[in-house]
Amino acid sequence: MDTISKEDIRKPENIVYKRTELLTDKVMSYCPGCGHGTAHRIIMEVLEEMGIQDKTIGIAPVGCSVLAYEFMNIDMQQAAHGRAPALATAVKRLNPDKFVFTYQGDGDLAAIGTAETIHACNRGENIVIIFINNGIYGMTGGQMAPTTLEGMKSSTSPYGRDIKSMGNPIKMTELVAQLPGTIYVTRQAVHTPANVRKAKKAVRKAFENQKLNKGLSFVEIVSNCNSGWKMTPNQANQWMVDNMFPFYPLGDIKVNED
Amino acid sequence: MSMKELRLMKGNEAFAEAAIRAGADGYFGYPITPQSEVMEYLMAEKPHERTGMIVLQAESEVAAINMVYGGASCGKRVMTSSSSPGMSLKQEGISYIAGAELPCVILNAVRGGPGLGTIQPSQSDYFQSTKGGGHGDYRLIVLAPSSVQEMADFAPLAFDLAFKYRNPVLILSDGAIGQMMEKVELQEQRPRFTEEEIRKNTPWATMGKTPDRERNIITSLNLDSHVQEEHNIHLQAKYREIEKNETRWETIQCDDAEYILVAYGTSARLSQKAVDIARAKGIKLGLLRPITLFPFPTQPIAELANRVKGILSVEMSAGQMVEDVRLAVGDKVKVAHFGRMGGIIPSPPEIVEALESKLIGG
Amino acid sequence: MAKVKGDIVIDIEKCKGCQVCMPACPNDVIGVSKNVNGKGYNYVETVNEECIGCANCAVVCPDGVITVYRKRIE
Repeated sequence: MDTISKEDIRKPENIVYKRTELLTDKVMSYCPGCGHGTAHRIIMEVLEEMGIQDKTIGIAPVGCSVLAYEFMNIDMQQAAHGRAPALATAVKRLNPDKFVFTYQGDGDLAAIGTAETIHACNRGENIVIIFINNGIYGMTGGQMAPTTLEGMKSSTSPYGRDIKSMGNPIKMTELVAQLPGTIYVTRQAVHTPANVRKAKKAVRKAFENQKLNKGLSFVEIVSNCNSGWKMTPNQANQWMVDNMFPFYPLGDIKVNED
Repeated sequence: MSMKELRLMKGNEAFAEAAIRAGADGYFGYPITPQSEVMEYLMAEKPHERTGMIVLQAESEVAAINMVYGGASCGKRVMTSSSSPGMSLKQEGISYIAGAELPCVILNAVRGGPGLGTIQPSQSDYFQSTKGGGHGDYRLIVLAPSSVQEMADFAPLAFDLAFKYRNPVLILSDGAIGQMMEKVELQEQRPRFTEEEIRKNTPWATMGKTPDRERNIITSLNLDSHVQEEHNIHLQAKYREIEKNETRWETIQCDDAEYILVAYGTSARLSQKAVDIARAKGIKLGLLRPITLFPFPTQPIAELANRVKGILSVEMSAGQMVEDVRLAVGDKVKVAHFGRMGGIIPSPPEIVEALESKLIGG
Repeated sequence: MAKVKGDIVIDIEKCKGCQVCMPACPNDVIGVSKNVNGKGYNYVETVNEECIGCANCAVVCPDGVITVYRKRIE
């Protein structure tokens, strides 16, 4: 029995997990261990499971995920920095039968695109916003983000974020949860198998909400930026657990079931 | 029953009504004087019930132009309107739209600047409109209406040009043309594009990836400089094609003219009156009215320069279009500029006086 | 009693050697290779035969490079 060969196991009928066809074959441009790749994958898995690839339009603006369209095998729009919710608003209103989502980082969603984010949420646009929060500007080389924690070092807060002179980290997710236009607001992570599975369920719920024309679903994914934080991927994940989660606690913030 | 219809309308309203009839899919705007009538008219008209057209008041001009970007990326006929300070905010989005080669229609009811300036009519956004406006090497097709009728006629024309060339089209108007009332003949209703037509006629549109094609990507990003340069070369070739095919102008009393005024929009209306005054005084004056500012009617101006004694560029600015007139004329004859600024419209007698002092007497 | 036997296949050319999969594995099946791939990463590889096909490694892999198999053995 123990002599079963690898060839016997590695048969198509025995596959329990493989990369979704909705990711392209390109090697993702993210740093090793970056949560972006996992976040991309669970979104694509949800679209595949719902069978809505042919009806989905994704919008990724400026940030590390500016090249998301290279990896997501769906129709994509590349937006200017911060503007994805404005594009998504028009795409959805002009095509109410399509599925529309934005994929935004913290600099994009919580700094330059604050107005677009707040107003799309407040209007209750029937879209999904995926918000990747790693507390830093990764693409431009590790500058302070609106979500950078107090005392956290970055290239533009080299002595740590000083609240008095640099302002407070902003909790966008709690903020948009207060707006009547949001129907589902949640904060997730993708650093362990259990968290990935939960985050995927949240993403699925968000797209199901859109299918039912319920309103705006907002899914924050607290993620690592090991190169920006200057740690190994596993160290960064542990640092995230120890430091990010106390300030950005995981779980559902608003769930309107009606 | 003829579907054409005569109405007495403001220029801004005529533009809005004509856009509905042109089969527009969406309007996204932010209020700013002197063009707010466009969105007010559309909201009151409920085009969603007439044609299914969407009208949305955005949170800013920035959001509005990016809504246009999103809608245009789906192959939809989308539009926005604003006035000078708001147009400055839209430039980022317009640059992206031009870079990604998307069709859309933008109305600018120009007001005097810089800064918050005035709400009165001006032509001081000529450089911004015709030379690009935002960052990067790009051009808009720029139409300059000088009547309420043209405000109506240019809506479908702008959409058609935008889709023909996958390029934003700017209608450069002002508060005078936007708010004056004139008789206007409206075209019959055109149908909006169906999804089937969009998928067939604009195969680049992001309408959802079907198994029969690769995914569509709308982007203006090319990290490889060689690819970006290829894209720039392609854009420039397109602009040369537009220059070849789409230059529009009108000449008034130019056949025997010894002097020529070059003026567009509101300035052209007053210049036409100036031609009459000058002719009554025995001055053989004509008017060339550019209808497209990009492409600029360089060739017809160059030809007129071969047989006239002088050319006066009349603009409500410190002298912007005059640079293009001088490029067309070279050193063949003297080119002068006359303009008022800050929202002041030049009077026809003032124009004739300027002609006499700067060119005839000078 | 039915028993399951699992196996994983790692696309080593796409693996960036981030090692996020390693703590996710309940049976310490995955280790770092001494060899590098075309991009210069020390990719991960299986180091024992204890895989149960739970897919935890594949679920956390940011680059989606792991295919997981599981066979029920009677």
